Amino acid sequence: MILAIDSSSVVASVAIVSEDKVIAEYSTNLKKTHSQTLMPMIDEIFKMTGLNKKDLKAVAITNGPGSFTGLRIGGATAKGIALALNIPVIQISTIEAMAYNINYTDKYICPIMDARRNQVYTGVYECKEEEINCIVNPKACDIKELIDELEKTGNEVIFLGDGIVPFKDIIDKEMKLKHYFSKGHLNSQRAGTIGVLAWKYFLEEKYVSSEEFGLEYFRLSQAERERMNRG
Amino acid sequence: MDIVNSEKNIDILAIESSCDETAVAVVRNGREVLSNIISSQIDIHTIYGGVVPEIASRKHIENIDFVIKEALNKAGKTFDDIDAIAVTYGPGLVGALLVGVAEAKAMAFALSKPLIGVHHIEGHISANYIDNKELEPPFLCLVISGGHTHLAIVRDYGEYELIGKTRDDAVGEAFDKVARSIGLGYPGGPKIDKLAKEGNPDAINFPRASVADSKYDFSFSGLKSAVLNYINTCEMKNIKINEADIAASFQKAVVDVLVSHTMEAAKEYGFDKIAIAGGVAANSAIRGAFMDICKEKNISFYSPSIIMCTDNGAMIGSAAYYEYLKGNVSKYDLNAIPNLKLGEREKQ
Repeated sequence: MILAIDSSSVVASVAIVSEDKVIAEYSTNLKKTHSQTLMPMIDEIFKMTGLNKKDLKAVAITNGPGSFTGLRIGGATAKGIALALNIPVIQISTIEAMAYNINYTDKYICPIMDARRNQVYTGVYECKEEEINCIVNPKACDIKELIDELEKTGNEVIFLGDGIVPFKDIIDKEMKLKHYFSKGHLNSQRAGTIGVLAWKYFLEEKYVSSEEFGLEYFRLSQAERERMNRG
Repeated sequence: MDIVNSEKNIDILAIESSCDETAVAVVRNGREVLSNIISSQIDIHTIYGGVVPEIASRKHIENIDFVIKEALNKAGKTFDDIDAIAVTYGPGLVGALLVGVAEAKAMAFALSKPLIGVHHIEGHISANYIDNKELEPPFLCLVISGGHTHLAIVRDYGEYELIGKTRDDAVGEAFDKVARSIGLGYPGGPKIDKLAKEGNPDAINFPRASVADSKYDFSFSGLKSAVLNYINTCEMKNIKINEADIAASFQKAVVDVLVSHTMEAAKEYGFDKIAIAGGVAANSAIRGAFMDICKEKNISFYSPSIIMCTDNGAMIGSAAYYEYLKGNVSKYDLNAIPNLKLGEREKQ
């Protein structure tokens, strides 16, 4: 079994997954800090299920993009558990994990996370049977740049993610292609989805040690940006 | 508290990530350091002239598992041998603290071992227990670092009363700012300490500030401004400044205030034991001045070794041991508290 964790946005989500089965999943979408919610949630699902953490084969975690602090709380939690239990970490793109919420569609799947400053963290995926293929790799970009890119493909698009709230109006206004916005239950990062995707990665031996695990921020820190701008 | 009678050795793995060092140690019975690994980020932050919080946080999560593994290896221990996991949860940079706190909570959970949240300053004070095996509370302690200037009474293990603190800059900050003004760069403390040895401490009479309504509080912003004004005045008059004299005279002014406040408090509260702690406690002039006056007044003086003055995991492991003996364990909702007060514990 795999423990899957996500705290890359306001949502905190944890799940225990075995093969294709989500044994337990616990998600919150609150204004509380992940530092106070995530670990008690993990503790709770083990208590509720009575499962033994020593039976874990791996820890799966979204490693970015997302809130820098949120990614680090999730990342350090995954690292700590994996190191202590001597098991590997399966690192999964937050954008890919969100796209995996949706399957069997002929439309493009486009997760959008609010990245502030009129930008989104995004990527574009298509379904191939029950799996998904990446068309545009995860990145941070201006919302208008994303709309232009999608228009050029001519494919209908399903948007999902917390970027819908700030950017729905601008998408409706600027986008001529037919597009859809996902409902709330498929709209956010879900550890159950991450766990099912992670199981596939686990079988393909796509994992790293807890020391090797790394976050993908998609952005430099402000100090580094300012230093580069100064030349 | 009788710690000699405890039958089993208590080995604590302790994590410190409140600023720019990723540090992990294994400490036995609060006093014996089995390993103490410090991964410093100073080279990166020097480029920016000071610690950049976001960069510090990124480095912590990159390095922390390597440092934990090395601490265990050096101690010759495995996770099974560890009795508790300790971590600094404040004060400090919130993003930096959060990495250590999340990692420690996850390990404590995975291993089903007790988790102990430790106050960073209480850790600095406890560094004295490591290098001075005979030291026991009560005593008076001056904590001086880049972020803190505290005069505290240590009533018992884990029991502190703050009687004085800085109203503006911490001592270490004043050192950094003065160092920058005479072109020494970051970090200022060790550089001023070195240069001051070549200067005359009585060359310039910088002010020794006291705070009107609280005799044990400190203020260093006036001293810092006086140094900057002195440099400006010299430049306007085309007088070449002597950097070594400035460093020595500034340092003397700091030493005088620290020593006079501490000795006054020792007298009023009747302490015959004084300790210093924190990064600035590594300063040779400060250590020397305290050593001399304590000898003269027949007071026992304690200080940590130089390595134990800087941020490290061993000091956190020492403080955690005494919390462990009291049964003070933290829950999984332990949060990082950037402005945690001395002697204040998270709500249980």
